[in-house]
Amino acid sequence: MTGHTVLSADDIRRAVRRIAHEIVERNHGIAGVVLVGMRTRGVPLAQRLAGAIAEFEHETVPVGALDIGLYRDDINSQQLRSRIGPSDLPNDIEGRTVVLVDDVLYTGRSIRAALDALADFGRPGQIQLAVLVDRGHRQLPIRADYVGKNIPTSIHEKVEVLLEETDGDDEVRIVRPEGEV
Amino acid sequence: MRQDTIAPPRVETEAWTRRHLLDADDLTRDEIELLMKTTEAMTEVLGRDVPRVPALRGRTIITLFYEASTRTRASFELAGKALGADVINVAASGSSVEKGESLIDTVRTLQAVGADLLVMRHGSSGAPYLVARHVHAAVVNAGDGWHAHPTQALLDLYTIRSKLGDVRGRKVVIVGDIAHSRVARSNIWALTTMGAEVTLCAPPTLLPAGLRPNDTPNTRGSGSQPDVPEALAMPPVHVETNFDIAIDGADVVMTLRLQKERMSGGLLPSSREYATLYQLTEQRLAKARTGALVMHPGPINEGVEIAPSVATSLQSVIEEQVTNGVAVRMAVLYLLCRGKSG
Repeated sequence: MTGHTVLSADDIRRAVRRIAHEIVERNHGIAGVVLVGMRTRGVPLAQRLAGAIAEFEHETVPVGALDIGLYRDDINSQQLRSRIGPSDLPNDIEGRTVVLVDDVLYTGRSIRAALDALADFGRPGQIQLAVLVDRGHRQLPIRADYVGKNIPTSIHEKVEVLLEETDGDDEVRIVRPEGEV
Repeated sequence: MRQDTIAPPRVETEAWTRRHLLDADDLTRDEIELLMKTTEAMTEVLGRDVPRVPALRGRTIITLFYEASTRTRASFELAGKALGADVINVAASGSSVEKGESLIDTVRTLQAVGADLLVMRHGSSGAPYLVARHVHAAVVNAGDGWHAHPTQALLDLYTIRSKLGDVRGRKVVIVGDIAHSRVARSNIWALTTMGAEVTLCAPPTLLPAGLRPNDTPNTRGSGSQPDVPEALAMPPVHVETNFDIAIDGADVVMTLRLQKERMSGGLLPSSREYATLYQLTEQRLAKARTGALVMHPGPINEGVEIAPSVATSLQSVIEEQVTNGVAVRMAVLYLLCRGKSG
């Protein structure tokens, strides 16, 4: 495997801060806003967004965690990870503005599963999507409202997001399997 | 450039590869951990207003019970339905089994009508192993003779962990008819694999061959016991026939159902004598660690293996065992049904 860095720790920090400002701006404040991170790496990102918002708005945004394992449409795939975890959503999402947070937006299938999962918890007034990286190659009519960085990729490449909380370090890199150009 | 070795192990590599769940004796630590983590997710689903997810939509689960059961069959059915699967219950009575159809023909028929997974209970030890060799469907053992009841062991472990955390070094006393108990056997395997200290307590006549007081001490675990078939071998456990000694300092006391036929079989003088020596009473429970958990796989013979006041005490987690049974079975069904091509 060969890889190169596309976002450094500083780049990630700046992207998170910008998205935090955009969320507040778009929603005219944070009244009724709930941040829901998609497991695994969406959760620390949602917490960072909430931390940034707290810094400049001096208010706390509720943060939740959503596991989409039980809603995937590719359950037959052997490569799919086995591990699933509990979802943990703020008490009531009915009528609120849910900002889904994920690390990478790719085919859009995870987001479709997340929309199904959210519907089982209630009926939000609005759902928005924030991602750290949009790498393209959508298979569904889904787009992000907030993007850290658009990174054009080949489908043979892999985008690896490493975060302090889960991986010990902050970095986004593109990894190309050996032997491919 | 970062070294790949710096990154912690990625959870994505934890894959479940097992096709059937026949016993707890060959489950690895990692597999049990994955089952427990998956069960946590299922517990969350069951706590929702509408406890239903589409994970196994389009899958067909058939429960085939040759023996009576309330909680096991009901919880498998609820588990399958909560995951969106179609669940069909077949009881041996009222089916073609009564016309003399063999076990293999019956399961082949159920597979032919589209079963992706068979949950089976059978009076003969080993029956699910025979079935697993003859079908493509996944097979879950819901109890076979005296041999194994893996989902009961997993739900017991989950219940203990939800109360006490890690079971490593915890003292678990299993008291009752060990020799004829598939619940005890599977629990012994799951608990010792996870590092618990297991003590078996029973009258000598109700201890398995190889573990009776006059047998060679069971120090080396499976393989070293004379005259014991390999399938009935056990990992290292402590054996103590005096319940008052066995219960000393226990973190968990697991009582077993005493079956009526043991009395007629000459293994016990009377249920009253058994109750005097082996019933879990408040006095005996006081010798265990403060707040020790009281467990029973059900159905209970009140006043025989357990005093009614103990069964309903604050230390009793018997109802939680039943509730957790649904979540654990959801985890088992989910892991066995996924990753399998249609």
